Amino acid sequence: MIDKTQLWTVIVLLGIGSFALRFAFLGLIGNRAMPEWLLRHLRYTAVAILPAIVAPLVAWPAALEGQTDPARLAAACVTLAVGYATRNVILSIVLGAGTLYLGLYLAG
Amino acid sequence: MHDTTRSAYWQGARDGAPFIFVVSPFAMLFGVVSAEAGLNVFEALAFSVVVIAGAAQFTALQLLQDNAPTFVALASALAVNLRMAMYSAALTLHLGAAPFWQRGLIAYFLVDQTYACSVMAYERNKGWGLAQKTAYFFGTMTPVCPMWYVMTLVGAWAGTAIPPDYALDFAVPITFIALTAPMLRTAAHRAAALVSVVMALGFAWLPFNLGLMVAGLAGMITGAQIELRLRARGTWVDP
Repeated sequence: MIDKTQLWTVIVLLGIGSFALRFAFLGLIGNRAMPEWLLRHLRYTAVAILPAIVAPLVAWPAALEGQTDPARLAAACVTLAVGYATRNVILSIVLGAGTLYLGLYLAG
Repeated sequence: MHDTTRSAYWQGARDGAPFIFVVSPFAMLFGVVSAEAGLNVFEALAFSVVVIAGAAQFTALQLLQDNAPTFVALASALAVNLRMAMYSAALTLHLGAAPFWQRGLIAYFLVDQTYACSVMAYERNKGWGLAQKTAYFFGTMTPVCPMWYVMTLVGAWAGTAIPPDYALDFAVPITFIALTAPMLRTAAHRAAALVSVVMALGFAWLPFNLGLMVAGLAGMITGAQIELRLRARGTWVDP
């Protein structure tokens, strides 16, 4: 169970922080250019952070107390392959979820 | 409203409309996952209204469920949102002269879809002035952002009715993989993601989910370094 104080702290501070990121240039800095080295690192934030969140969840799912699960592994691979090939987010979610349920069904 | 301004607004609304089909299931999923995590309907809705950023909301919620400390949940979710600062910088060229209160509203509604539509439209319509550009931006927001709130609410209501054997713990991993896969367009992006996965697994033993921070930083540095190498060799292609 998530602690309510912690939940609201995160909601409010994340809201303020996200707004600050969105407002930073538009509102305060204007047309000054950002340094190239910073832009170069910012380009990779999403592809560096999201896989780092996902990898342990795929390898050691908490719902199974960290037991590696073939159905979840297969679902992750299918989602990745479809997303990479088609760039269609919804299609890859649907096929990934389909693989997961098929795998869980086959495993009984 | 001036005629061309009005037509820019409606053009924005039309261009934003297809994203309803992307945003709605995603928002609903957030509602469902929130309910599963024990949030009530009001808390789920507040999350979506205050933060209005899907991937960051899922990140924060996942880490809270994993009992991560507040600062780790915040830092990770904000890192996911760092791209918003790039959007902000890109739109400043076009909308930087708008009144302060309008820039505040634009910043609040600056999400992947409104940004993508707007920069493409500004490229196509080089003759647009500030009024048309601003109207277009608010046009793109009109179908997308209210849908984010409404469908979060629907998901949060439906959520508790979904039985546990639907393996909803895996909704977040599948969604994140689906969001990331289309971004792996260059060798630098692929290397960043690969290093991030290896480091996240290798440093999973670190306390406070700090393995995530290590992996994220390592991934970003890897991406930037590979990009530099490719540029030096003259084989870099902008994604």
